[in-house]
Amino acid sequence: MEITAIYYLVPALVMFCCGVYGFITRKNMIAMLISLELMLNAVDINFVVFNRYLYPEQMEGMFFTLFAIAIAAAETALAIAIIINIFRAAKNIDVRSLNEMKF
Amino acid sequence: MDYSQFLAMKQEIGLLAVFLLVFLYDTFMPRGAQKGLPVFTTVLMLLVTLGGFCSYCMAPGGEVSAFAGMYVTSPVIAAIKNILNIGVVIVLIQSIKWTNSEAMTMRRGEFYELLLVTLFGMYLMISGRHFLLFIIGLESASLPLAAMVALDKNRYESHEAAVKYILTAVFSSAIFMMGLSFVYGLTGSMYFNDIYFALTSQRSLLLVMAVAFVIGGIGFKLSLVPFHLWTADVYQGAPTSVTSYLSVISKGATAFAFLVVLNQVFGALYSQVWEVMLYALIILTITVGNLFAIRQRNMKRFLAFSSISQAGYIMLGVIAGNAMGLAAMMYYILVYIFSNLAAFGVIGAIENATGKVSMDDYKGLYKTNPRLSVAMMLAMFSLAGIPPFAGFFSKFFIFTGAINQGSVAIYVLVLIALINTIVSLYYYLLVVKAMFISDDECVVPNFRSACSERLGLWISVGGILALGIVSYFYNSLLELTGVSEMTAYFIG
Repeated sequence: MEITAIYYLVPALVMFCCGVYGFITRKNMIAMLISLELMLNAVDINFVVFNRYLYPEQMEGMFFTLFAIAIAAAETALAIAIIINIFRAAKNIDVRSLNEMKF
Repeated sequence: MDYSQFLAMKQEIGLLAVFLLVFLYDTFMPRGAQKGLPVFTTVLMLLVTLGGFCSYCMAPGGEVSAFAGMYVTSPVIAAIKNILNIGVVIVLIQSIKWTNSEAMTMRRGEFYELLLVTLFGMYLMISGRHFLLFIIGLESASLPLAAMVALDKNRYESHEAAVKYILTAVFSSAIFMMGLSFVYGLTGSMYFNDIYFALTSQRSLLLVMAVAFVIGGIGFKLSLVPFHLWTADVYQGAPTSVTSYLSVISKGATAFAFLVVLNQVFGALYSQVWEVMLYALIILTITVGNLFAIRQRNMKRFLAFSSISQAGYIMLGVIAGNAMGLAAMMYYILVYIFSNLAAFGVIGAIENATGKVSMDDYKGLYKTNPRLSVAMMLAMFSLAGIPPFAGFFSKFFIFTGAINQGSVAIYVLVLIALINTIVSLYYYLLVVKAMFISDDECVVPNFRSACSERLGLWISVGGILALGIVSYFYNSLLELTGVSEMTAYFIG
């Protein structure tokens, strides 16, 4: 059996949709962050697969993935720092408790 | 490697030099000299702004590209960067009092360093002609902003705003990158130009989805309406100086980058794909922004919704798709910088002196602080678009630019925008009414605002008046955009 691009693209899409679903339904902010990470990693898989299967003569997709990983790491670090601040101030990280400001 | 291509990045290098100097000052100067950091940064930034203007006046030149076409600069791009620089200088002047306050002693340097880094990211976003550079610019323009929003460590709202901002920002950039991966899969390149030519012959459902994802990702940063829910909370929770930076500079840079992406990448799909999407977005943005602004009592929240609807007007310049629309958009951003910064300057001055930000506290302000009230009134008139202030002309030009596109649908769109202008008049005048007509005893006592705040207000008010009367600014922008290489991508 030959492994074609679709074998990678479908899991990536499923991962992305799981990430969106998790981001919307989770109440814990760390779990929301994990969902975001799923979405970003799905994007990385997409880029690598498109590069490897469709345009193997150039490495643009691979390079983009490298940079995207670094950016995702920076985003996570910053988000965790802010969530720790919230935890210090409110003693929990339930997203429903973020209701000081609304409408 | 050809090192001379770094010369094309004059403005970026200047900004980087300011950043390094500020960083060194913050790290190595003795504690006694630290109070001078705000003035030091402001003066350096002023020098960079003047340098940008001089180099731009002496050698206008054509389009210059560097790094194999990843980075492009041209007179129009230099002009929008100069416009942003002006806004940054005003924000820096207005924030001097706040950064020298007791609570900010430990974090004074961080504010300036993060601000300069985000500005650098915006430069890259405007100049990037390859999606890798664009994404790096977009992220370095939005991530440090989350840290800036969280800068007010003793206020819980500041943290809440920051977490809302960072989670939605990462979510939207993930969606944006997903759209990019589809575009890459369809065209095999990340260069704006290559994608543009590859897309002239392609139509598919995947492409429509990719465009929608890209518009959604950038629309978040611009706070267009289905993606606007973070805006009011973040504006309210963030420190006022950060809010003013977020509302004018970040928005102006993103609007320009949005125009570049839509025209230079997806320009071939204008009528088939994104024209209709933008119609829906603009109508929703202007209308919802206006309707929600009416019921706000907190001044920062109120200006947040007002800035959402202003973003809708700015988008009219994008949809125009002609040189006049581009010029009108840049002029609109310039005017918007002055008017919004005047409003935020008054709010910041009153907040620094008394800690009050509710609209009810502004009742009868004219009796205690007449000068601040007049500045606020001019800002509101300019935002609402009352002649002879600059806001009227910026709205007039942007409507004219959009009408020039010529289709029937655009007439309907401009009509809806016009009706919304009248709606917006109501809530802008609510503030004026509270300040001038209300008989209530004012809770804000008479106070003398700091020298820096007054200077910032004078500059903003001067800008509102001068831009409305002097036609030089708009004419020179129109001349620039008329001969710009960007017009090759426009429809009209």
